[in-house]
Amino acid sequence: MATIEARGLRKTYGATKALDGVDLEVGAGRILGLIGPNGAGKTTALNAILGLTPCEGELRVLGRDPWRAREALMREVCFIADVAVLPRWMKVSQALDYVAGVHPGFDRARAERFLARAALPSGKRIGKLSKGMVAQLHLAIVMAIDARLLVLDEPTLGLDILFRKHFYDTLLNDYYDGKRTVLVTTHQVEEIEHVLTDVAFIANGRVVLQSTMDAFETRFAAVVVRPEQAPQARALEPIQERLVLGRSVFLFDGRERAQLQALGEVRSPGIADIFIALMNRAGGTAERTA
Amino acid sequence: MKGTFYWSVRRELWEHRSVWLAPLAVAAFVLVAFTYGLSRSAREIAATLSALPPGKQQHLVTMPFGLAASVILLTGFVVAAFYCVEALNTERRDRSILFWKSMPVSDLTTVLAKALVPVAVIPLVAYAIALATQAMVFTVSAVVLKALGADIGALWAKLPMTSMTLALAYGVAVHALWFAPLFALLLLASVAIRRPLPWVVVSVIALQLLEKIAFGTNYSGAFVKYRVMGAMTEAFRTDALREPVVQLSQLDPARFFTSPGLWLGLVAAAVFLSIAVRLRRLREPLS
Repeated sequence: MATIEARGLRKTYGATKALDGVDLEVGAGRILGLIGPNGAGKTTALNAILGLTPCEGELRVLGRDPWRAREALMREVCFIADVAVLPRWMKVSQALDYVAGVHPGFDRARAERFLARAALPSGKRIGKLSKGMVAQLHLAIVMAIDARLLVLDEPTLGLDILFRKHFYDTLLNDYYDGKRTVLVTTHQVEEIEHVLTDVAFIANGRVVLQSTMDAFETRFAAVVVRPEQAPQARALEPIQERLVLGRSVFLFDGRERAQLQALGEVRSPGIADIFIALMNRAGGTAERTA
Repeated sequence: MKGTFYWSVRRELWEHRSVWLAPLAVAAFVLVAFTYGLSRSAREIAATLSALPPGKQQHLVTMPFGLAASVILLTGFVVAAFYCVEALNTERRDRSILFWKSMPVSDLTTVLAKALVPVAVIPLVAYAIALATQAMVFTVSAVVLKALGADIGALWAKLPMTSMTLALAYGVAVHALWFAPLFALLLLASVAIRRPLPWVVVSVIALQLLEKIAFGTNYSGAFVKYRVMGAMTEAFRTDALREPVVQLSQLDPARFFTSPGLWLGLVAAAVFLSIAVRLRRLREPLS
């Protein structure tokens, strides 16, 4: 059984189609990055998966319908929906008391170990903590819950780079065990690239690409092309051509490595580069057909 | 393990400390005022008291107890009303609803926990504080009157302690039940409307004004008054309220518990709460 199975998810707000037939399947043990521009439907998709919003289509998370069974689902699913959603009036110790009280899968001692390591004062109110500390507290709580799916929606927005790196390192080293599934969205794609096992692109309410990172890296290639070979490179129908510091960089989708190596230096492109290329191309197609 | 309901109520009390701080502050004020007044004019009071006929004497002796308790309980119910207006709204304004919803706690549990606070927790807290205040009033007057050499034994003989305490408990219980639909409606407003407080105030006033202008009547005003004051008229014997309620014979539970106003109110409360649960399920942070 896949952790998340979504088929044809649809959701409209008035005239806006937030989800326009989303298909997504995420197996156990995967770390999937959901990448998309603002308004692409990322948050709506996550909200549907978390049972926060109803939608049309087939959706099963850990075998349950999230909208009908949010309470039961939340015993096995954790989420950090945003930075700073912890109630500001709560004391750190109260937050632990509360979660320990309502969550059967919470290991308080484990949370306290994380907090001690982060030097978080337990008597303080959350509103008095810095943004980074609040995020650490939330992470400590979530990591002490024995969940099968963790959903992170922009979990490090507005935090400094050192903390962001620390956040994902901690997640990988102390939380991820190869069996849990993690679903993450962020605008800072470069920072999570090395963490992901899978990637999905979402645009205009649809998943336009879903792939494992291995397949992704085999499929897409960036080539720094020597100027004299540019026409040959164009003949291979690159998905993007751009000038970087006076050199032409071509992005290719599904071309043979051997073919590309003849053109110049072959590199693995970043997720963001491919995403932009695909989006521009889709936009261009749309313009031509219009 | 204590359940999710217990922790849901507990967290409300962490968040809304005014639930017990406000009645406590009022109790402290009452106590200080009483002590001050008594120490300044104890002699005059003692003189007035002995000049009164025995029936009136009891009035005067019980008055500070009744007054202290009523002020504290009234504070409790006012706090409860404000609590309801905020209860399902602040979590959306500060976005913490996303945290609460990440926990395995159903919307039903959440709404019922929030409804329990005004209907049971605040009345019980206010009742306990009222009793403690009465005990302090008793102690203070004993000390002051003793210092003046007054005959306190004869005075206390006029205090119907047991029936006063029971009547007070009855008063708290009937009000909590009577106000249940009001609290439920305010809770519903707090989940249904972005800015519930001004909306509630304006709509109550506007309704009466419109009715007055359109029909020249004031049924809506009478209805609001009935839902606010009704427990006094339905739960106590007629005329009982002209004097302090100290005798159990002044209570009328049979009439109260057969009053359609009570039962229709409770049905309305259940309907309001069930709509509130449905809305809470759909709710996302504001902004």
